[in-house]
Amino acid sequence: MRWIWIDRFTEFVPGQRAVALKNVSLAEEHLHDHWEPCPIMPASLMIEGMAQTAGILVGQARDFKEKVVLAKIRTAEFSDVVYPGDQITYIAEVETLADEAAVTHGTVLKNGQPIGTVDLMFSHVDQSLSGVKVPEENFVFTGQFERLVAPLLEGRNG
Amino acid sequence: MAKTQDEVFNEVREILVDSLGVDEDEVTPDAKLSADLGAESIDFLEIVFKLEKSFNIKIPRGELIPDNVLNNADFVQNGKLTDTGLTELRKRMPHVDFAEFEQDPDVSKMMDLFTVQTITNFVLTKLNQ
Repeated sequence: MRWIWIDRFTEFVPGQRAVALKNVSLAEEHLHDHWEPCPIMPASLMIEGMAQTAGILVGQARDFKEKVVLAKIRTAEFSDVVYPGDQITYIAEVETLADEAAVTHGTVLKNGQPIGTVDLMFSHVDQSLSGVKVPEENFVFTGQFERLVAPLLEGRNG
Repeated sequence: MAKTQDEVFNEVREILVDSLGVDEDEVTPDAKLSADLGAESIDFLEIVFKLEKSFNIKIPRGELIPDNVLNNADFVQNGKLTDTGLTELRKRMPHVDFAEFEQDPDVSKMMDLFTVQTITNFVLTKLNQ
């Protein structure tokens, strides 16, 4: 299994806003454990989906040069559950983008209807953890996330 | 018109309630951000961002919490601030009350300097600049 909890970006405005889709399928193993009699998408994985959407938005803003890690879940509220067959939309917006960190606001939709808010904070590892040894290579953006967003960025620089 | 101390305190309290998930009545002027309200380093960063937005001020890195002090051998020896270190901190943190800290300037207690009042004083200083 690949740890990618979004299927596709539908909108990407660098440094400002990203919209990603996730189609929930009963073929996903984890749904059978959560829960067998009534499979629902775990809220924790919807937070991860938003973290990936917002994290790529934050990472791309610095050309994927920073190691962007999730530092804090400021708010995570859901008013409805998501079943197999539903489509989740993650709308992420940058509130603050600084050298050492970024703050994002996120709205979660289920089949087009708002069902949640996930506000996050990301840290740029190199800038904020002085004295702590971290790997040289960018272990966050290894290519698979960049490929997801590439189609929406094509032609922007040309 | 300039904001009063009470107005600034109330706004600071709102920010701390929101950032740290604490109750309003816990945010007293004497409350220590780390020890009493549970703030971690990333929370301080979020608080700085919110102060900047809320009060329309710019807070350069290292201004609220001075950097390059704790890793300087002239300033810290055996886990305690030296006299030179304390003088440096006082110069760089005019918004802080050092009375209690200077009795035992242990580095591990440095975060106790950051009370709700400290943050309020800091904002008032920035607003009057």
